[in-house]
Amino acid sequence: MMYPLLRVEDLTIGFPAATVVHEVSFEVFPGETMALVGESGCGKSITAFALMRLLPPGARILRGEVMFDGINLVTAAPRTLRDVRGRTLSLILQEPMTSLNPVLPIGMQIAEVMRRHEGIGKAAARRRSVELLELVGVTDAQRRYDDFPHHFSGGMRQRVMIAMAVACNPKLLIADEPTTALDVTIQAQVLDLLDSLRRQLGMAVLLITHDLGVVAQWADRVTVMYAGRVVEQAPVRPFFASPRHPYARGLLDASVGHDGEAHYTTRRLNEIPGSVASAAFEHGCPFAPRCPVRIDACRLSSPPLVALVPEHRVACIVTAGTEHVPAVG
Amino acid sequence: MPLEGALDRSADAAPPIARPLARGRSGRLLRACVTNPAFLVGLMILLTVVAVALLAPWLYPGDPQDMVAVPAMWPGEDWEHPLGTDSLGRDVAAGLAHGARVSLLVGLSAAAIGLTIGTVVGASAGYFGGVVDNALSRLTEVFQTVPTFLLVIVIVAIVQPAASTIALAIGVAAWPTVARLVRAQFRSLREADFVMAARSLGYSSPRIIAMEVLPNALPPVIVTTSVMVANAILTEAGLSFLAMGDPNLVSWGSMIGDGRSLLRTEWFLTALPGAAIALTVLSLNLVGDGLNDILNPRSGLA
Repeated sequence: MMYPLLRVEDLTIGFPAATVVHEVSFEVFPGETMALVGESGCGKSITAFALMRLLPPGARILRGEVMFDGINLVTAAPRTLRDVRGRTLSLILQEPMTSLNPVLPIGMQIAEVMRRHEGIGKAAARRRSVELLELVGVTDAQRRYDDFPHHFSGGMRQRVMIAMAVACNPKLLIADEPTTALDVTIQAQVLDLLDSLRRQLGMAVLLITHDLGVVAQWADRVTVMYAGRVVEQAPVRPFFASPRHPYARGLLDASVGHDGEAHYTTRRLNEIPGSVASAAFEHGCPFAPRCPVRIDACRLSSPPLVALVPEHRVACIVTAGTEHVPAVG
Repeated sequence: MPLEGALDRSADAAPPIARPLARGRSGRLLRACVTNPAFLVGLMILLTVVAVALLAPWLYPGDPQDMVAVPAMWPGEDWEHPLGTDSLGRDVAAGLAHGARVSLLVGLSAAAIGLTIGTVVGASAGYFGGVVDNALSRLTEVFQTVPTFLLVIVIVAIVQPAASTIALAIGVAAWPTVARLVRAQFRSLREADFVMAARSLGYSSPRIIAMEVLPNALPPVIVTTSVMVANAILTEAGLSFLAMGDPNLVSWGSMIGDGRSLLRTEWFLTALPGAAIALTVLSLNLVGDGLNDILNPRSGLA
């Protein structure tokens, strides 16, 4: 069995007022694309920032362990962290328009990453930056090297961000909704680029998104979060074929079919009744108030994540009960 | 071949349409001169003052405090001394030229000192926040509660009134303005996405402050700097007017002070150095405003 590159265990993150991420556990294996899915405010982005220890002021990791490449990132010294960030563990942010320093030429911003982590000279860094720009599909890279971010469109800036993120051949790239701010055609190009870089450079990708279409097309495995908890975890095919958690089933029912037939339907799409529970929700299953199959026991305690079949885990006592699978940790 | 040339040109002509014509800082500087006449005028006045200051020892060799002619001569009376002489027979033109040296030197060094202290304090307070911010902000407020001019007078009264100590005193009294400005800039910029991106790339805090945040915080600081130089020149003139300036140097302020007693008859003795101060301060303000446009790389898109 392959060892995971990243193992997150019982990660719990809190603001002074409330706990927003509850005992989240998942793994990312070398070379795979793992999708972390959930709606806005479910804690997926904050989980990603916590992995890099870049939490906003006030937020703290209360419990849990993040083992990455042999280092526990939760307890690592600031110096060790700085050596990991940008070298073996990179991050791409959601907003390409504001994620580049507006007063520095983009080529220099890429070159600086390599100079910081690999200690190479100015000329060598420039040469490799131009290569990287070509790799991510910036045409006329030699000339574009000295351009400022405002000379680029959103899609091009996201390509530059990707070039910065992969400059030092990271083992894991965390992409926090990398295409949310881009339009659909550019979205496909950027995700295709990420996917081909993943193959070429042999890195793993942790793709954070709220778009199930993106998950179906680009991910190998998926972890669904709801209200700060992991509710289902599975490889992509079994997940889309038979989602087990009532929330995941509701999500898939609410989207148009992959076969395209639903595009032409006049029927109203299904919806999940009610609105999303606060991530600070404390007692019982957070999905219980909206759940079509809830039983009284759902309100009593937070359901544990159990494996129904190997690799397919779900946090729902009803599903686990009807499928008669013993709870495994 | 003509056809080939035409093809080449059309291929070359495409990118400039997509990108602004002037690229890089020098391009923006050139364009700003053309499109912003106020900046150009300010720059020309300032450069003239700087040139006079630099050339003073050659234009008017010797000590400008020497008595060289009949006292209280009007401008134009004797073309040896085109701007006339003061009550002691000192050449006003020589005084203005040498005074420019003192004014600019004190103004620039005071601004540099104030800028350095203010930027370090403001950047640390704004970037780190929390306890550091609290401590540094209270310190800034303590300095701000004391009137600038009073603080300068007290410092100069304690130490020797030399040009260097006057510059230091003005700088020490002026830094809170910069500190507050830089702090405010850093507080908003530290939340920026590109700062988060820089942290995710493994850069250290000092590096992020110097390379990522500071260049973006600079435009308003540079405008303030030119006003600071202007204020420092005014403060130095005020000190010299009160005879608390460097007694061994002629400055514009001391010339106004000396001319005060003859204000009714020989008014040019106060008007000429006064005009020199006003023009220099005006030019610094114009240049500051112009620099604000140039140093903002996004202004090229407007």
